[in-house]
Amino acid sequence: MGNLASERIGTTVEALPYPKRLTGRLRRLRKQVSWFQVTLIVFLTGIGLFMLLPIIFLFNNAFKPLNELFLFPPTIWVKAPTMRNFERLFLHSAAGVVPFTRYLFNSVIVVALTLVSVILASTMAGYVLAKHRFHFKTLVMSLIMISLMFAPETVSIPRYIIVSGLGMTNTYFAHILPFIASPVAVFLMKQFIDQVPDALIEAAKLDGAGDMFIFTRIIIPLIAPAVATISIITFQAVYLDIEGSSLYTQKETMKTLAYYVSSLTANLQNSVAGQSIAAACALLMFIPNLVMFLLFQRKMIQTMLHSGVK
Amino acid sequence: MRPAPGEPAAPRALRRLRQFFRECWRDRMSYLFLAPFMLAFSCFILIPVFMAALLSVTSFNGFAFPKFIGVNNFIALLTQDIIFMKYTLPNTFKFAIIVGPGGYILSFIFAWLIHQLPKGLRDYFTLALYAPSMAGGVALSVIWIAAFSGDRVGYLNNILLKFGMIESPQLWLQDPKYLMTIMIVVTLWSSMGVGFLAMLGGLQTVNTELYEAGRIDGIKNRLQEVYYITVPSMKPQMLFSAVMAIVGTLKAGSISTQLTGLQITPGYSGHLMTNHIDDYAFLRYEWGYASAVSVVLLLISFLIMRFCYRLFAVKEGE
Repeated sequence: MGNLASERIGTTVEALPYPKRLTGRLRRLRKQVSWFQVTLIVFLTGIGLFMLLPIIFLFNNAFKPLNELFLFPPTIWVKAPTMRNFERLFLHSAAGVVPFTRYLFNSVIVVALTLVSVILASTMAGYVLAKHRFHFKTLVMSLIMISLMFAPETVSIPRYIIVSGLGMTNTYFAHILPFIASPVAVFLMKQFIDQVPDALIEAAKLDGAGDMFIFTRIIIPLIAPAVATISIITFQAVYLDIEGSSLYTQKETMKTLAYYVSSLTANLQNSVAGQSIAAACALLMFIPNLVMFLLFQRKMIQTMLHSGVK
Repeated sequence: MRPAPGEPAAPRALRRLRQFFRECWRDRMSYLFLAPFMLAFSCFILIPVFMAALLSVTSFNGFAFPKFIGVNNFIALLTQDIIFMKYTLPNTFKFAIIVGPGGYILSFIFAWLIHQLPKGLRDYFTLALYAPSMAGGVALSVIWIAAFSGDRVGYLNNILLKFGMIESPQLWLQDPKYLMTIMIVVTLWSSMGVGFLAMLGGLQTVNTELYEAGRIDGIKNRLQEVYYITVPSMKPQMLFSAVMAIVGTLKAGSISTQLTGLQITPGYSGHLMTNHIDDYAFLRYEWGYASAVSVVLLLISFLIMRFCYRLFAVKEGE
């Protein structure tokens, strides 16, 4: 890759004096990576560390005992890690009217059901939009394209009116259904299914396969990367969402973990006692997202190969 | 189907209509597959947008039936809403102009740099840059409130005090002078999201033979390579990530609330469009007026998007 340019950069860098040991090691590395890449790795490592610094802080903070949280001068690395913050989080909520586990349960239910239904709905819609021809296809596609352009949160008032009009307040439906209308998911799915060769589907049709067969036996096995991507995007949106809990539900027992946690961290600026709980909460909200992404990172990039808008 | 001889021919329009319905029935499987998404889509996106448009010409407090008042809401927005004109609009523009294109260009630069690395290393850097965008509101407030805390225990205050840049601890988050800058920094930090990944994907789709060809045609350095080959080849992904960037920028607004813990930021210094909508909708219960503001926001995002499509549209034959 880019031999000409990298070699030119390489010559300029080589002229600089380096400690002997370092040049030796770099020369060995040189066989695999060019000078341009070495400079780049150093630079990007710096940037990466800078970007990760707050995240590292987040991890450490959650395990800091209370006296370390308010240490002067402030530190990043934890000295005496403790699980006390998590204990406090669970105890704090156990004393409340609604136990912590209830919020956790709500979140798990909502996230699981939403993931399943979003994946189903968007795969089905994506398949039809990519491979079928019917009257309203262009209309539906352009509606999806337009709705990609704005955040649905901007119309939260009419949404609230509709949710309450459908009688969904204080039910799990209020948490789940709004997410099924995810134009991004359908769009990504459609783009991904577009690259499934038509010949494959034609062949199946000649053998007498119906739509259901084609969908379940041909399309579904081929779109694993897109499903992974959509799961990540949806998971992030649902798990961190507080709109559903703050607008559509009044009952405390129907609210999700994200809402509970955000109510704990509200006014963090002035509270001293809340700091330790908040630190634990923040980590709790971050970890599942991280795990999801780590699991599916490659698949996500693979999906994005086909994410273009034409 | 041709009418049987002797039978009077049905009017053309009717025949067309019948044909249309027959075709619709033939495609019933397609519609069935589309139904779950379309139902949710119409309920939670399509109809709300129309309702927002309808409500924007009414006076509605959430209890009494909406009263039609014509375009008064928009007139009031343009002529009487001092806060909107003096704070919301300039703030939104400032925020959007820096964060939108800024975050977009940054994600392209980083995506491109990461792409230059050997394959085995790419994943680590992707993770490092993508991680901040996974931190939701809670993590954001915990991290940044600690960093910008107003006493000398705050990280930024501590560093600046140590180097003698400031005399006494600054109230970073409560001071209207700094809040906007902090919001921009924090948003940029977390802006390497889906758009960034789309660009990474897009870079992999660029046909590497084009670089060879470009070199023969006289491309001298990498900057020219990027400008003449890379960007044009990944226009579709660039457009998608532009769409994501704009949506992300225009809906940012909760960030000020998360940082300051206040619905209305000190001196309206971090007041964005979405804060204005929330203010009128959920603090003042003037839903008609709030809808008018959200209609304006929708229009703005639509116009910006048209502009982006012009910019990145794939021309015929490309």
